[in-house]
Amino acid sequence: MGWFEKKEPVKIPPAKALWAICPKCGSHFEKSVWKKNDSICPKCNYHGRLSARERIERIADKGTFEELFSEVSYSDHLQFKDATGDYRTKVESVIAKTGETESIVTGKCDIFSHKVMLGVMDFSFMGGSLGTGAGERIARACELAIKERRALVLFSASGGARMHEGILSLVQMAKTSAAIGRLKDAGLPYISVLTDPTTGGVSASYAMLGDINITEPKALIGFAGRRVIENTIHQKLPDDFQSAEYLEKHGFIDKIVERKDMKRFIAKMLDFWGF
Amino acid sequence: MAKKKTAMDSVKLARDPKRPHIGEFIKYVCSDFEELHGDRLVNDDRAIVAGFAKIDDEKVLVIGHNKGSNVDENMASNFGMANPDGYRKAMRLAKLAEKFSNSIVTFVDTPGAYPGDTAEARGQAEAIAKSLEFFALLKTPIIVVITGEGGSGGALAIAVGDKVLMMENAVYSVISPEGCAGILWRDGSKAAEAAEALKITASALKKLDAIDVIVKEPAGGAQNDHKGACEAVKKAILSALKEVKKLSKDELVEARYAKLRAMGNFSK
Repeated sequence: MGWFEKKEPVKIPPAKALWAICPKCGSHFEKSVWKKNDSICPKCNYHGRLSARERIERIADKGTFEELFSEVSYSDHLQFKDATGDYRTKVESVIAKTGETESIVTGKCDIFSHKVMLGVMDFSFMGGSLGTGAGERIARACELAIKERRALVLFSASGGARMHEGILSLVQMAKTSAAIGRLKDAGLPYISVLTDPTTGGVSASYAMLGDINITEPKALIGFAGRRVIENTIHQKLPDDFQSAEYLEKHGFIDKIVERKDMKRFIAKMLDFWGF
Repeated sequence: MAKKKTAMDSVKLARDPKRPHIGEFIKYVCSDFEELHGDRLVNDDRAIVAGFAKIDDEKVLVIGHNKGSNVDENMASNFGMANPDGYRKAMRLAKLAEKFSNSIVTFVDTPGAYPGDTAEARGQAEAIAKSLEFFALLKTPIIVVITGEGGSGGALAIAVGDKVLMMENAVYSVISPEGCAGILWRDGSKAAEAAEALKITASALKKLDAIDVIVKEPAGGAQNDHKGACEAVKKAILSALKEVKKLSKDELVEARYAKLRAMGNFSK
């Protein structure tokens, strides 16, 4: 499933310390310009990636985020090893580097005073891959949301299932989808925000199951990787293939929302539905 | 002395073109099969076959990937790689099974969901996601049989059920061994090592509690004796059905959720 399909590496000029390069249009900006524009390309409006913590800061009312289930982390049932070493060592180094213990951060917060259960994925944690720990956090978040009658808001950013955890990562797709289904059956709203990139087993499970599915401009969203598809159909795909705009056009996204409007839009929908 | 069977040996057996496919399972496991077509939206996806049938006295809906057993059939059914239309057909008919209290039996055998541009345009991700949610909540018994290749999300989309049976030489994996080797070994020829590491055989998956029952195959593999293999599958289906039908519809859905919920003990 797609998270591994790296793009052709961008040729980085020697002065990379100074420059931010838009991965969509290739334009160069001073890093400070990119940062000041909230990691959004000033030229093409591509909404760049944010860490889970940066995202939470932009969505939760100040001081209201209460992290939950952080005790749940990865598991290594397969004692998986590949050519470059074992999974446990790899994931531990990611934990040390990112300060996160799974690819999704979950917790309660207020969004303009609306009480919600929030989950935010972090692509820098193993490509945002869905493993048993991430699946467990999502399932627990759904169950607690049902108990406390909270709306659920999930921000996805993922390449798909985490193959190092084998079949047990695959079945997290079913586990999370089942938990989401129960939450929706309980009459609670689920707003899914698919951010750049959301592909593979995550797009093919909870990310696509929102009562409403929303995204940011130019986000990559799809099931199979572009190169796999090109090799299958022996054709080159158009540039906008699997973009947020493409998904909206084909009817799978309710709305493309700019980052600056995201919090207000979510609150408006929750307000409308009485949550 | 015969050497120990490797995971890659199972992959080869699972992909053997002479292995029983959905046609054989319908012929030898079921009677009175009536195929029903189409998703009522755009298409009838030949990669998934569905219809009502009897297994002894049990009235069931059969859903199965259709790989085809010769080149013409392979082409017509896209080698069992379903488009979104296939999963939507499965859901449409499963809803009927629920309405008339028929049980559902799925036969899983696919390299994966079809990676094509039209599949993406029609929402492959949404169709699989919806399927997972849908089958998890469906109020009728579901028995899953992994008969050959259980390839990733395309397999899982029709593999959520109350009992998951797996034929002895079938495989079930988050990614193909070749795909995994290409990424983590950066060398597609290391597929055998990847297959071993991914733990994709029936015996390995049973140890992980990812499946419930291993169905023994005739000596050397199911390709040697279709009828014998199908008889064992039939027996296992009937016994699994008998067990899950003891539960009320609400209990059934609760138990199915509990089963999914237990997947992947998260403690370190």
